Amino acid sequence: MSAEITHLPHTEADTAHVKRIWKAFWILLVLTIIELALGLTIYYIDLGADPNETMVLMIKGTICILTLAKAFYIISIFMHLGDEVRSMILSIGIPATLFIWFIVAFIADGASFRHLRNTDAGSRKYIEQKQQFHHPIAEPAEKSDKKLD
Amino acid sequence: METAVANTRTRTSIWSGGRSPFNVSYGKLMMWYFLVSDSFTFGAFLISYGSIRFSLNNWVDHNYVFNKFPFTEANLPLAFVSLMTFILIFSSVTMVLAVHQGHKMNQAGVEKWLFLTILGGLAFLGCQAWEWTHLITHQHEVLVDGVIQHWGTTVSHNPWGPEVMYDGHLVATPGPVAFGGYFFGITGFHGFHVFTGVVINSVMFIKTKRGDFAKRGHYEMVEKAGLYWHFVDLVWVFVFLCFYLI
Repeated sequence: MSAEITHLPHTEADTAHVKRIWKAFWILLVLTIIELALGLTIYYIDLGADPNETMVLMIKGTICILTLAKAFYIISIFMHLGDEVRSMILSIGIPATLFIWFIVAFIADGASFRHLRNTDAGSRKYIEQKQQFHHPIAEPAEKSDKKLD
Repeated sequence: METAVANTRTRTSIWSGGRSPFNVSYGKLMMWYFLVSDSFTFGAFLISYGSIRFSLNNWVDHNYVFNKFPFTEANLPLAFVSLMTFILIFSSVTMVLAVHQGHKMNQAGVEKWLFLTILGGLAFLGCQAWEWTHLITHQHEVLVDGVIQHWGTTVSHNPWGPEVMYDGHLVATPGPVAFGGYFFGITGFHGFHVFTGVVINSVMFIKTKRGDFAKRGHYEMVEKAGLYWHFVDLVWVFVFLCFYLI
């Protein structure tokens, strides 16, 4: 039992370890700040009269990739999975790859459902209607109206 | 002769017993497998949410639903949730430092960092309580069947649908009901994990204070609690992505 529990007797290894933890923390913090900046960019793009949807989609994709990077740092440094035996990493990593199928299948299913509904199962063409989701922000008269209710 | 050689070889393989092939204790390995299964539970919730979002022509604009901060009426999209995220990342780093002090058998260090982790967890729960209260109680104008009503955001009401012209100004219409269910369901399930994490960490804190782990000779229990706590942070990364960023 005790052989499996790691003690860190050396002070050098100790400082290196603490350094690594804080480094992971700063990486996570910076990645989160970049994500927030990108999130706010989407907000400002959406404020415009004719938001560029491809641009928004690309930013969202970038945010997803950054999230995966954050997940990697949490799992490998904070949870110490990176320090475990390779076969143990695989016993956790291989089942986790099911998520790839899981996400692709269900998102595709949702998208297909939407298409079928919009076209009455393919029997008619779908004409997309642009819908407005929020007031243009700079409208003080409207804002004071809202506060009254 | 050949069989004898083969037998010796099998006996010395890491899978032939006598030691942990993964070089971890049973408890820690099972914690990992529990977390894998729990990640599929969360995954199922989040993917179901994604599936529904993809099946609808419009959803809500999160930058308008989550744009408030306590004590101010200003329009601050993403601000409050960033605070929650920073709190959770910080409590994650204090937890890993507590585990590290445990490796060094430093009881005072474990106590200090565990205490900060518990505080972080409680701060996060407080933030979530405020956010939920705000969403449920803060009412918005909605045009329902030609009549103006005032709705909070709940599991049955979504006042964040597309806007239409009414009486000379733009008014929201009801949005997809699924939004409230998914939002409160998933953040609630995550918040419940945070809550149990705080409880587990508090038990660890008390046991450390009583010197139980010092007597036992190792702080592996703190390590297992740490795995759970980091998992809670890991899930938040994805909840944050799905509800507040994209």
